[in-house]
Amino acid sequence: MKNGAQYIIDFLLKKEVEMVFGYPGGQILNFYEYLGKSQLKHVLVRHEQAAAHAACGYARATGKPGVCLATSGPGATNLVTGIADAYLDSIPLLAITGQVNLNDIGKDSFQEADITGIVTPVTKHSYLLESLETLPEVLDEAWQVATSGRPGPVLIDVPKNLFLAEGEMTDSRQTLHTRKVKKADRTEELMPEIMEALRKAKQPLILAGGGLVTAGACGLLIKLVEETGIPVVNTLMGKSAYPADQPLALGMVGMHGVAAANLALSSCDLLLCLGTRLSDRITGNRRQFLEEACIIHVDVDAAELQKNVDANYYLQLDARIFLQRLLDEGNFKKNGDIAKWHQQISQWQQDYPLPTTFDGLLKPQEVILEAARQAGSQAVVVTDVGQHQMFVAQYYPIGRCRNFLTSGGLGAMGFGLPAAMGAAFGRPEEDVLLFVGDGGFQMTLQELATIREHNLPVKIIILNNSTLGMIHQWQNVIFKKHYVASDLPALPDFAKLAAAYDIPAVTAAKREELSQVMEFVLKTKGPVIADFRVDGEELVLPFVLPGGKPQDMLGRWQGETHLRSFSRK
Amino acid sequence: MRHTFAVLVENSPGVLSKVAGLFSRRGFNIESLVVSETEDSSTSRMTIVVEGDNRVLEQVGKQLNKQVDIIKVNDITHEETVERQLCLIRVSADQSTRQEVLQITEVFRCRVVDIGRKSLIVEATGDETKMQAIIRSLRPFGIMELVRTGKVAMIRGERNKGK
Ligand SMILES: Cc1ncc(C[n+]2csc(CCOP(=O)(O)OP(=O)(O)O)c2C)c(N)n1
Ligand SMILES: [Mg+2]
Repeated sequence: MKNGAQYIIDFLLKKEVEMVFGYPGGQILNFYEYLGKSQLKHVLVRHEQAAAHAACGYARATGKPGVCLATSGPGATNLVTGIADAYLDSIPLLAITGQVNLNDIGKDSFQEADITGIVTPVTKHSYLLESLETLPEVLDEAWQVATSGRPGPVLIDVPKNLFLAEGEMTDSRQTLHTRKVKKADRTEELMPEIMEALRKAKQPLILAGGGLVTAGACGLLIKLVEETGIPVVNTLMGKSAYPADQPLALGMVGMHGVAAANLALSSCDLLLCLGTRLSDRITGNRRQFLEEACIIHVDVDAAELQKNVDANYYLQLDARIFLQRLLDEGNFKKNGDIAKWHQQISQWQQDYPLPTTFDGLLKPQEVILEAARQAGSQAVVVTDVGQHQMFVAQYYPIGRCRNFLTSGGLGAMGFGLPAAMGAAFGRPEEDVLLFVGDGGFQMTLQELATIREHNLPVKIIILNNSTLGMIHQWQNVIFKKHYVASDLPALPDFAKLAAAYDIPAVTAAKREELSQVMEFVLKTKGPVIADFRVDGEELVLPFVLPGGKPQDMLGRWQGETHLRSFSRK
Repeated sequence: MRHTFAVLVENSPGVLSKVAGLFSRRGFNIESLVVSETEDSSTSRMTIVVEGDNRVLEQVGKQLNKQVDIIKVNDITHEETVERQLCLIRVSADQSTRQEVLQITEVFRCRVVDIGRKSLIVEATGDETKMQAIIRSLRPFGIMELVRTGKVAMIRGERNKGK
């Protein structure tokens, strides 16, 4: 005989869950009692939002599902941002929440919230456990749903009395929902046409999305590029899908994409989109996106196909299986056209590079470049949300799959610190570099305590521009310098704050001290905070205004000091 | 254009609100929705009529398809179907008009299910066109109250095994 709590714990152990991130409360205390007696490691966060973000950070860095716990009511609602983040970035996450006793549900009991109702639009599925008998099936299915196909978050809400209820539970019952009707697989039918289109293309381009990372297809992508010579641009989520040091890695496309990458995107005659939803941050005006080019779209989620963009060929398939099929078909001849295409791209890269020399106030970009120079392309890099996130996406060369963690789809400020913490738990042998803004850092900085407690090697690099930089930028460019609520007054002294948490810290504002300070940050064992005071007026460029075309970029071009829209010669 | 979806779902709590939510979040107004158990009591069949942009509705169909507790989604707009709805109409009918009203109900093969001093309740079944014709014919007498179910539909021929 086991009770519900024991069964859940045994289930998680059986699934080789190393640790769960959580925060206790009345309705989940019974669970904690047994958790405390088990082998399963629990990480006490300091706010439930961080439990969800940390579990996601763990999942993003390891590829294994993350698990988070919270009590009913406020505990559960605090998880929601982290769950929504996992949903939009397709991260496998299992959230377990305590609920009031079954008998008390629906009576506005103390700390009762309809959490399964609240998270319905941001989970793959959610369960309110209604009897102990269904627990094995619910857990099995929840795990299956969270980790299969396009992964995502699943929540199980467990009434308090069911943690303690005892019963004989057998593992191997059938799962709950087995009747789903599958759609026909169109791979065989479409493969010849896709091959033909690829062979015919003169200016082909691969758009690498986060699905490649999820599918573990990064190695195959490298092979495909070697065989075909097709250059690669990436989405924000696809940043770690293809090593940045490869000659055909052009970098990120989209609103703040690298100029050469955006130009390649707008000039290609074939775009092979792998594991991407083709979000509005990439396409701009969806209707006018690459009207001339042949678009091939492969995604494991059928609902992404023909959603944002009409593709010429679309296939519901795991990116790894697709790439393997492509390589099996083989026989790609590199022709003269591709050489010309490469040449054109190199020309763009030469003509419109990202700036790498700076003067005046210290710039966020040079801090990132210095970190990259010293920490190298194999480091685990985490960002928060804002200008600094885009600068890291543009400037930090990521060399390994799963080494770039960012809140892409939801863009949730406050993600960075707890996610970096989760990554550090998941990859204990490695240092984790966190780039965070002065705004976002203040949203979840309570986790400094958790990081201190576990002495996690999170290198917290604050790109402190004393503003909500990205908002400042929009108000500058789009709202004609009408600044509202984008200053951050009464900024705390982050070094003093670090001292309060007993974390070593350094403050720097000068170009000359950059290299030395970075050395200190990377050499210090355990957590460390570096508060870099950077220019608050710096703009993330290029900037494709919302709804624009990828080639319509605002920027400072070829040594010009003024901002102007790019016009292609 | 107007679409009809036939959706087979697990007979579990929360499915209905999930389905409704997926439509409403994209700004679709559901014109009618009928849910009931099928021949297998563990599943329910929903027939949903909704008007909107084809492309977006296709997207909603796919989103529905992804849900764990939705077994099958079929857009049967262009299928040959048998469809029925049920309508109850309270129509004024005093001594002077009662006969005429009864005649109309006969033409449409409706049933009169209640008779008051000044009104009748007429029960009509049929497809959309028939419903509209009946309502049009009775309107001149004064329709005091009208309730309609949404439509239920089944694909004609052998193909339709319910699943
Ligand atoms: C939770 C949340 N609230 C608001 C926003 C809108 N937002 C996007 S970027 C940004 C400013 C971020 O400022 P900071 O953290 O200092 O980073 P910076 O842009 O200065 O690098 C804001 C407010 C958001 N993305 N997330
Ligand atoms: Mg800032």
